[in-house]
Amino acid sequence: MQEHLVDISRLQFAITALYHFLFVPLTLGMTFILVIMESTYVMTGKQIYKDMTKFWGKLFGINFALGVTTGITMEFQFGTNWAYYSHYVGDIFGAPLAIEGLMAFFLESTFIGLFFFGWDKLSKQKHLMVTILMAIATNLSALWILIANGWMQNPVGSDFSYVTMRMEMTSFWDVIFNHDAQAKFVHTVSAGYVTGAIFVLAISSYYLLRNKHIEFAKRSFRIAAAFGLAASCSVIVLGDESGYTVSEAQKSKMAALEAMWHTEKAPAGLTLVASIDEKAQKNNWEIKIPYVLGLIGTRSVDKQLPGILEIKAENKERIIKGITAVKMLDELRKNPKNPELAAQFEKVKGDLGYGLLLRKYVTNMDEVTPEIITKAVNDTIPKVAPMFWSFRLMVGLGFTMLFLFIASFYYSVKGNFAEKKWLLTAATLALPFPWIASEVGWFVAEYGRQPWTIYGVLPTHLSVSAFSVANVYGSLAGFIGFYTLLLVVEMYLMIKFARLGPQNYATQH
Amino acid sequence: MLDYTILKIIWWVLVGVLLIGFAIMDGHDMGVGTLLPFVGKGDTERRVVINTVAPHWDGNQVWFITAGGAVFAAWPLVYATAFSGFYWAMMAVLWSLFFRPVGFDYRSKIENKTWRQTWDIGLFIGGFVPPVIFGVAFGNLLQGVPFYFDNNLLPHYTGSFWALLNPFALLCGLVSSSMIIFHGANYLMLRTEGDIYNRSKIAAMIFGPLTLVLFALAGIWLKMGISGYALVGNYDIGALPNPLDKTVTHEVGAWLKNYSIMPISMAVPALGFVAGLVAILLGKINRPGVGFIFTSLMMAGIIGTAGVSMFPFIMPSSTDPKSSLLVWDSVSSHLTLAVMFWAAVIFVPIIIFYTSWAYKVMSGKVTKEYIEENKHSVY
Ligand code: HDD
Ligand code: HEM
Ligand code: HEM
Repeated sequence: MQEHLVDISRLQFAITALYHFLFVPLTLGMTFILVIMESTYVMTGKQIYKDMTKFWGKLFGINFALGVTTGITMEFQFGTNWAYYSHYVGDIFGAPLAIEGLMAFFLESTFIGLFFFGWDKLSKQKHLMVTILMAIATNLSALWILIANGWMQNPVGSDFSYVTMRMEMTSFWDVIFNHDAQAKFVHTVSAGYVTGAIFVLAISSYYLLRNKHIEFAKRSFRIAAAFGLAASCSVIVLGDESGYTVSEAQKSKMAALEAMWHTEKAPAGLTLVASIDEKAQKNNWEIKIPYVLGLIGTRSVDKQLPGILEIKAENKERIIKGITAVKMLDELRKNPKNPELAAQFEKVKGDLGYGLLLRKYVTNMDEVTPEIITKAVNDTIPKVAPMFWSFRLMVGLGFTMLFLFIASFYYSVKGNFAEKKWLLTAATLALPFPWIASEVGWFVAEYGRQPWTIYGVLPTHLSVSAFSVANVYGSLAGFIGFYTLLLVVEMYLMIKFARLGPQNYATQH
Repeated sequence: MLDYTILKIIWWVLVGVLLIGFAIMDGHDMGVGTLLPFVGKGDTERRVVINTVAPHWDGNQVWFITAGGAVFAAWPLVYATAFSGFYWAMMAVLWSLFFRPVGFDYRSKIENKTWRQTWDIGLFIGGFVPPVIFGVAFGNLLQGVPFYFDNNLLPHYTGSFWALLNPFALLCGLVSSSMIIFHGANYLMLRTEGDIYNRSKIAAMIFGPLTLVLFALAGIWLKMGISGYALVGNYDIGALPNPLDKTVTHEVGAWLKNYSIMPISMAVPALGFVAGLVAILLGKINRPGVGFIFTSLMMAGIIGTAGVSMFPFIMPSSTDPKSSLLVWDSVSSHLTLAVMFWAAVIFVPIIIFYTSWAYKVMSGKVTKEYIEENKHSVY
């Protein structure tokens, strides 16, 4: 029953978050592309760049509306469905979320109004300033939410208090300058830029293939090619940075996404493909490039990356220590004014989270059996095959898009891209790639964190609200209904206006 | 760093400020949304109504989002308990809000009567439903909410959704809805002319007095029929938050105690009435600009009354009074309160500054001619 509640709540969170992230990356990327187009207009005074800004802005607006709609769900879902989580870590987690509102959402939402309605009311320069502030604000919003999310991956700057029964912030700077958060931020916003670039590149190529809006499409294509090349280099370099932080903070995720069952002699090899046997805990066969993983993962030639079986052995010890921590905490809750007990608890509380993993199976720590411990140990590693293959899909798409941008940029410098039918076709077909890469990226990051919501601190199964699963079934059905409907409407408008192309503007070609 | 107790009080004030900011800013566009089907006849008129808030509704809505985030950061236990307890009410708010972004943005992109009328209904729902639910929620807070904490501080809600819809709570829902419509009608008077102006004025003259009557009724009911909660014994308000460590009683008239302990607090409900009256008069003599300030003050008075009556309670528990959430024990740590305090001190003035600028840029009446001329670019 309780298990079921956790599963359905996770499903609802996953669906609503993945859905929100269909719109987020395009917002992140398009705002900057709009800045580039409008700056060109202000600098050159050429009307066509203003029309481009307005046309792409219209498509951006259609996307933005759903970004806002689905974002509101996210903001309140922690409280509605993850009540214990909200209590347990709100002290740290709530702060970046609130600051995001104060610093980013207000700015973004106020200036987007002026972006659309201020063309005739503001001077050229002032309007450009509005667009720039809007772009900065979307990125600030990504920064703060990823600081929150980065803290879930690597909970620094905080400490557990048995009096208040929650995690409390000990250093705000540690939370902000969390290396995980910074790596995630740059990787994720770059992913957004790639998305914006592919969007413009693909639609422009489609016009060129159809011989429509030629001048318009050519200029847009060039901007997208240059911006996209820079963005896709950075998404790959910074994805590698994410890999490094993962290998530091979350060894289990790293091992799972590399399907590395045993610790290898340093530096470990990078597995390209493998046939994974989850049950037997081994790979039937694999193709490896020697040394590379060790170099990427540890930035050294001699540090070892632990394999899954070794990580499990280590986790088993932590779980056993965790039993003591949980028992002491239960005592302390009954008898909080016992200084001796409190002092003893301080020594073991580092493993409290591991002890809590057992609460999935038993409430009373005296009933723990070796079988239960084995089950909890197995829980500490996410399923390997989905991690392994999603990661490879993301990386594969990353390199595919890089090649596409290299070719687009090369031919746009040469000036003959409009004649290269194969390039235009490839660019059109690449339209869904960045979305697929982002969605599987989040899958890797979030599914790979299981069984934790806060890595090493709070297990997922304890995080949910205490109510009947029927509630979540009902709301999930509602979300699926609403979101499907909204997506149909959005796609309809998006396709309609993209097909129609630039209309009613001063320059028509 | 500021003293912990002082920060706890500051945060009670700041959450109040955010809620009042939400009522003033998002309130006027929700009022406009509610009135949309009634004051706008024909498509062009409807578009006039919508375009009075078109550039601003999104920024305004962030007051709501930020209030949510601030409650998460400053009162995590309230965020956890209220939102999971009022689950279906929250879903109703979320789902009605869904209609706003898409309603505003998509409605006029397609020239088709059914399409546009459907979104008009959507905008009505998005404007009408949330204020009613917020009022109902306050009505339930005033009566106590059926929940308790277990020993691990996991909140358990023991009531049903339908129990939220009791008569007193529904009355509070009407107060809230009526004041938002009054405020929105007044704003429409400020930004429109001709027929729309006249219809909005009628709405203001109905919902202004209605708000004050309903507010008075709720006050009388609170005095006669609702039993409040009180903290008893020696309570250490500066202690680390532990909601299970106190004694609470449930007694008739407890919600009026604050007014006798601190008579000056009577000024808050008085502000609601006086400002409301002034706003009605200003509407009558066609001065909606100054009127906007007074409808805002009226809402500050009405929302403030709920806050002051309950202080220091935020969310009293009817199932297990000692689980009640107070300004003293639902807060986050000293450090977090301080960090968030400085964040608010820095950013709120900046937000007010650029929001005012945006309104200034877009100021003036929205006319039918403006809509006709900008058919393809306005909402
Ligand atoms: C990397 C970026 C990113 C990520 C991981 C998230 N968001 Fe988001 N969010 C944005 C980037 C963004 C944005 C770019 O700022 C949006 C997207 C499209 C848009 O319109 O603004 C936005 C909109 C948006 C809004 C509406 C703001 C408005 O009215 O202007 C809210 C309330 C949230 N988000 C909240 C969340 C929460 C609580 C998340 C986590 C669970 C979350 N977002 C994940
Ligand atoms: C918008 C981008 C995001 C996507 C696409 C995403 C995706 C997911 C997915 C797929 C899950 C389910 C994992 C599972 O249960 O197996 C999940 C869970 C979760 N994520 Fe994210 N996530 C996103 C952003 C965030 C952010 C920014 C936060 C926090 C700030 C967050 C917090 C959580 C929480 C609390 C859960 C539920 C508990 C859990 O299953 O671990 N997510 N998310
Ligand atoms: C070769 C290139 C890439 C590498 C090496 C790479 C690496 C990674 C890694 C290791 C993670 C997990 C981080 C974590 O668990 O905390 C991740 C997540 C993610 N990736 Fe990639 N990635 C690449 C390409 C891409 C591309 C092309 C996109 C999209 C356009 C993308 C979008 C994402 C997103 C949205 C996430 C989730 C957010 C996060 O955790 O940062 N990645 N990536």
